[in-house]
Amino acid sequence: MEKTTDKNSYTLLFAIGMVVVVGSILAFAASGFKDKIDENKRIEKQLNILYAMGVNENEESSMSFVSKDIVEDEFKKYITKQFIIQGDKISEDNNAYLLDLKKEHALAKGPSHVRRLPLLIGEKDGIKYYIAPIRGKGLWDAIWGYVALDENMVVLGAFFDHKGETPGLGANINQRFFMDDFIGEYLFDESNNFKGINVSKSNADPKNMDKKDNEVDAIAGATITGDGVSAMIKSELRLYLPYFENLKN
Amino acid sequence: MGLLSKKDARLILDPLADNNPITIQVLGICSALAITAELEASIVMSISVLFVLGVGNVIISLMRNIIPSKIRIIVQLIVVATLVIIVDLVLKAYAYELSKTLSVFVGLIITNCIIMGRFEAFALANKPWPSFLDGIGNALGYGLILVIIGFFRELLGSGTLLGFKVLGDPIEKTGVYALGYENNGFMLLSPMALIVVGIIIWIQRSRNKDLLEDELVGHCDI
Repeated sequence: MEKTTDKNSYTLLFAIGMVVVVGSILAFAASGFKDKIDENKRIEKQLNILYAMGVNENEESSMSFVSKDIVEDEFKKYITKQFIIQGDKISEDNNAYLLDLKKEHALAKGPSHVRRLPLLIGEKDGIKYYIAPIRGKGLWDAIWGYVALDENMVVLGAFFDHKGETPGLGANINQRFFMDDFIGEYLFDESNNFKGINVSKSNADPKNMDKKDNEVDAIAGATITGDGVSAMIKSELRLYLPYFENLKN
Repeated sequence: MGLLSKKDARLILDPLADNNPITIQVLGICSALAITAELEASIVMSISVLFVLGVGNVIISLMRNIIPSKIRIIVQLIVVATLVIIVDLVLKAYAYELSKTLSVFVGLIITNCIIMGRFEAFALANKPWPSFLDGIGNALGYGLILVIIGFFRELLGSGTLLGFKVLGDPIEKTGVYALGYENNGFMLLSPMALIVVGIIIWIQRSRNKDLLEDELVGHCDI
């Protein structure tokens, strides 16, 4: 006799039952954890932004963010203003740092949408930091970062992160040895053209002594991720040029 | 092993050496190549697989009499995927840092054929407790090899272990670098993991002749 579990009707019912049960469990879990996860992401953004402007607990060679308990207060203390730039319009918005760049990228592909750019202004020890959140593509998935600039668009600090770059290779863009290289780099070349910063494999300057060469040393084995960082910096920061030109005048 | 019967103990100990999922059964090679450039990643992946395989084996074992045989692979896949997503959500909510370290690995667990292999070969035919032990044993056997590969790849490829510069600074030329030693960048690339696995298999089989096969049986693993 055929076993009950071999019958088509049973198989079908089992499949439907399984989908319903598993679907409900996952939906329940996802909505239950959503608030907590969103909160974690918000805190992470604040930590990363503060890191880019040098508010962190780095020691000689270790890397660490400020403590999560004080990040809210530190963020309020150091980030003095937040703007959203859209074309010629500049509006103040205290949640500018939460602007979803992924959505902005998608919207900007349409003809009628002028891309909104978040810009954060921070102040530490009398120095003004202009922090731009940027986003681009790595090898496997999204990469993003926060670049702190001075009013001449010289990099004061940078933080990069990624969704799923190769561990040990591209994933190292969020390590200090890579990010620290950007500090002090110029975005313009000597004749004042916007060049961005190239993550270069043929850079004969591994200690990055020359800050005006628009180049930092690449990570071996992470060519595409590195190119992604170069492209992201170039295309995203270029959008801020009008703002910085206005600033000079 | 007072706690476990002899048979139960074998379930845990066998996969560590003589029936190792990677070196003997040649399963799970994909992730062993992909994520072992760093020791930390190897350890984290091993722990994740330990959890998913231990719990998954128990769930499949509990359901073994009601799973329709025609769709059992799909059912197994759903169980793995569900576990993995739940683990991912819990980590994101309560251990955000750790979930960032794990990032891609969590998704990769689903494709790890050791898990499907143990569901299919063991849990579907055995009671929950032995299935649990089998899951733990195989995950440990997998983890052991991963950690060995990760150790050598990180040490020889980057000159670090768990991120610490154990061999000195390659740019400042301190430690062994002062003697003219150079990191082998090739170790960071996946093919070298395969060569390391090959060396482990070689050592293992030359120490235990029983493992030599008269005729090679083809294994398929992606």
